[in-house]
Amino acid sequence: MAGPFNWLSQIASITKFNLQTLPQRMGSSAAAIFGIAGVVAVMVGVLSIAQGIQRTMENSASSENVIVLRSGADTEMMSGLGGDDTKIISEAPGLARNENGAVSSPELFVIINLPMRSTGTDANVPLRGISRTAMDVREKFEIVEGRLFEWGLNEVIVGVGAKIEFSGLEIGSTITVAQEEWPVVGIFETGGGLAETEIWVDGAVLQPVYRRGNSYQAVYARLESEDAFQEFKDALTSDPRLNVKPMREADYYESQSAMLYKLITGLGTLIAIIMGCGAVFGALNTMYTAVSSRGREIATLRALGFHSSPVVISVLLESLLLALIGGLVGAGLAWWAFDGFRATTLNWSSFSQVAFAFDVSPLLLTRGIIFAMIIGLIGGLFPAVRAARQPVSSALREL
Amino acid sequence: MKYLYLVWSNLKRKKVRTILTLLSIMVAFLLFGYLAAIKQGFSQGIEVAGADRLIVRHKISIIQLLPEAYESRIEQIEGIEDAVHQTWFGGVYQKPANFFAQMPVKPEEFLEMYPEYLLSDEQKQAWLSTRSGAIAGRGIADRFGWKVGDRIPINATIWQREGGEMTWEFDLVGIYDGAEKGTDTSQFLFRYDFFDESRQNGKGLIGWYSVRISDPDQAAEVALKIDQEFANSPAETKAEPEGAFVQGFANQIGNIGFIMMSIVAAVFFTILLVAGNTMAYAVRERTNELAVLKAIGFTDRGVLGLVLGESFLLTFLGGGIGLGLAWMLVSMGDPTNGALPVFFFPTRALIIGIVLIGLMALAAGILPALQAQRLQIADALRR
Amino acid sequence: MTEGDGLLVRLENVDKIFKRGSEEIHVLGGLDLSIPEGEFLALMGPSGSGKSTLLNLIGGLDRPSQGTIDVGGDRIDKLSSRRLASWRARHVGLVFQFYNLMPVLTAQKNVELPLLLTHLSRNQRRKQAAIALDIVGLSHRTGHYPRTLSGGEQQRVGIARAIVTDPTLLLCDEPTGDLDRKSGDEILDLLQALNREQGKTIVMVTHDIHAAARASRTLYLNKGRLTTEAVE
Repeated sequence: MAGPFNWLSQIASITKFNLQTLPQRMGSSAAAIFGIAGVVAVMVGVLSIAQGIQRTMENSASSENVIVLRSGADTEMMSGLGGDDTKIISEAPGLARNENGAVSSPELFVIINLPMRSTGTDANVPLRGISRTAMDVREKFEIVEGRLFEWGLNEVIVGVGAKIEFSGLEIGSTITVAQEEWPVVGIFETGGGLAETEIWVDGAVLQPVYRRGNSYQAVYARLESEDAFQEFKDALTSDPRLNVKPMREADYYESQSAMLYKLITGLGTLIAIIMGCGAVFGALNTMYTAVSSRGREIATLRALGFHSSPVVISVLLESLLLALIGGLVGAGLAWWAFDGFRATTLNWSSFSQVAFAFDVSPLLLTRGIIFAMIIGLIGGLFPAVRAARQPVSSALREL
Repeated sequence: MKYLYLVWSNLKRKKVRTILTLLSIMVAFLLFGYLAAIKQGFSQGIEVAGADRLIVRHKISIIQLLPEAYESRIEQIEGIEDAVHQTWFGGVYQKPANFFAQMPVKPEEFLEMYPEYLLSDEQKQAWLSTRSGAIAGRGIADRFGWKVGDRIPINATIWQREGGEMTWEFDLVGIYDGAEKGTDTSQFLFRYDFFDESRQNGKGLIGWYSVRISDPDQAAEVALKIDQEFANSPAETKAEPEGAFVQGFANQIGNIGFIMMSIVAAVFFTILLVAGNTMAYAVRERTNELAVLKAIGFTDRGVLGLVLGESFLLTFLGGGIGLGLAWMLVSMGDPTNGALPVFFFPTRALIIGIVLIGLMALAAGILPALQAQRLQIADALRR
Repeated sequence: MTEGDGLLVRLENVDKIFKRGSEEIHVLGGLDLSIPEGEFLALMGPSGSGKSTLLNLIGGLDRPSQGTIDVGGDRIDKLSSRRLASWRARHVGLVFQFYNLMPVLTAQKNVELPLLLTHLSRNQRRKQAAIALDIVGLSHRTGHYPRTLSGGEQQRVGIARAIVTDPTLLLCDEPTGDLDRKSGDEILDLLQALNREQGKTIVMVTHDIHAAARASRTLYLNKGRLTTEAVE
């Protein structure tokens, strides 16, 4: 009567029996499911913030794009490049070229204050002074409403993110810069990157306002190919006239978001672990209750000849099933409630707002469900073992 | 209190279950306490902000600089007692991860404006007599193991020194303590005169002003007067109460408070289900015993009290341990390693925590307790 | 009840109707019963005849649908739930077939349970419980939990709990139903002693003729009515 088939069929029959009695234990089963669902939802929700910021950073970078800052500067804000320097940079080898010349855009970066729609209080908004080549550098750039500003005029275009998050950035309204009113004439997109929280204007118009003379802060450029980076970098760093730091855009943005990403991920994981412990206790509670309320039935089964291990496994399976349901509910809840939820936070590197959307990615959802299953495993293991170990005679006597 | 023994004994009935429920409750309150400390860290400054201080910055944004000359003009405005300036230095000490605020100020005036920064007279004198002198808050002094007399080099990212050097060296002449728990002791302050004469660019320009007003109720009016004074000048100002300024900054970081609260609410709701479920089970299993108690002479309300008593005892034990653990964890230090200027367990959180314990005990126990109360002896004994 | 007639319990024209959904079950109908003080009364009858129901009514554990119940001068059919509870605590001791001890308390603490409802101090409670346990012959097992006591010992704890407040009335529902012959006899000896030596009025529901033989009077309950003879 031994053999794997018999063993499997024992598991199957016990499990089926367990599941049939599940409705009687609705209360505690529901508690366990909701507990696990809650943990998964919160974990996925918090981590989707980090994921969303990461996504924004990734969308900002193109693999062929580079950014050149002054040597020693970590961010655009800290950097400063003279107009002549930017010309030298545009002559470097490795840059893509089109009919207008090198695809290299010297740019100015400042911050202005505008009220946030959500709180009404002021926030730092990036104002970027660009060159004509800026749009060529950013391949995904697109005007989605209105038009591009006219070069030389006090006109601005606004990124979609900025328009959503801050008051007074619709087409037709004006922003106040240095006691003048500059009209908003267009809304643009750049494929979901940081730039969508920015306001753009002609760099030549911005310079005198901030008394920058002919200086800029950074050069954004596109290489003719990804591999041309080394050539480009070497040419610039070996040039005695320059004191610059060329970086791949991807690396630059990664360093920008690193601190924030680590902070949120760290906190989110800590919270998830603490909550997870709570869920484990809840699951253990449920399963112990489940096991003890059926103590007599389980003992009867064993007295009739069922082996111990099918009992253990069937309890485990039940726990895993509850955990799976909880995980799916939690993941679904997180996806429904959080995915695409727009928010802003402070980008420490640029000291200005960055708009992003919570990103509940498939990877995150999977992680959440796995986390749920682990909780279910731990929650079911001990009660299962206990159910199998209890002497049959005492279990039968239990009233 | 004689019933306490009975309540306690009943909890010992299913030890494993009681312990697990206790642990769940403990976790909920551990999380609550810890998140309260984190939230406090993020919203630091709003509570300790001086009710009688305003912040005056450049209208366009805080990173724009204002002329030093504004100070005397501000002090002449009615309702203002004193004005001091601060500037963001933004340097790096050893590596960017060692983040803390550095600001050049005028020592004597600054300490008067911020009396919550406690410095011994001896150290204050040393600061006044050392041009390159600097003081640091206890928080960062402990963090980096600084002692008075140390030489602290800081790499500037914004302010170049005359001659092109980027490294600035300061002599640590004092360490200040905060008067309250929430006072920021993570600042590094050095002398403005040393700063102004050594910097290559931007001479005579400062970051923002802290202004003391004589009547906190007049804050809005005085702020308006300041802005009017500098309207239509090359550097227009925006003045607001210190609390509003800090709040605005916190808003930029994001609605951390709301997120924390939501998480805590979710956790509590879940734990409530667990605890309530446990109590419900405990009562359901004991209908017979409860009926016997009633038969012996315990009143309906007495039995209700017994069940509620179990709920309260369990929840207070679990919640108490949870809050205690949170307090311990919080004292172990800032988990973000410096991003939060203050990190401590707020007293208010303790009080709210205790109230929540009571509410949870009530919520978890009330339905089973009512069930116990309504139990009909004859029906229950019949089994 | 008039003084001097020696009656402790009097039921007049008592009905008890149970509702099961839409069905009405008349368990007791027009029942009269008088129990003099100091009597040891046995109640017998087939299953479902209402013996336990009658016991519950006498003990104030349930209310009659109609009629009056007078115990020791108190009209318990008229008392509120709360008054009934404290009345029971003072006047009634209950002994159950399955002992109904609290498994989480020791024998001593179980016996002290009814005393929690009084104003006695901790020491007084302990003393009184010790006395009760001594009476039932279990002084050596006071610190034991029910699961380590035999059936007979558990029932003795049950009896100690029932007499610890010195009630006038002892109600026993099949007290020997779960015990073997020997233990059962010991319990019945104890009950008889309490009746003869301490004058306790005892009403005992039982299936067992031998147990009923110990009583001073036996009544039979059949179809909701009391008779003095068993119905075949």
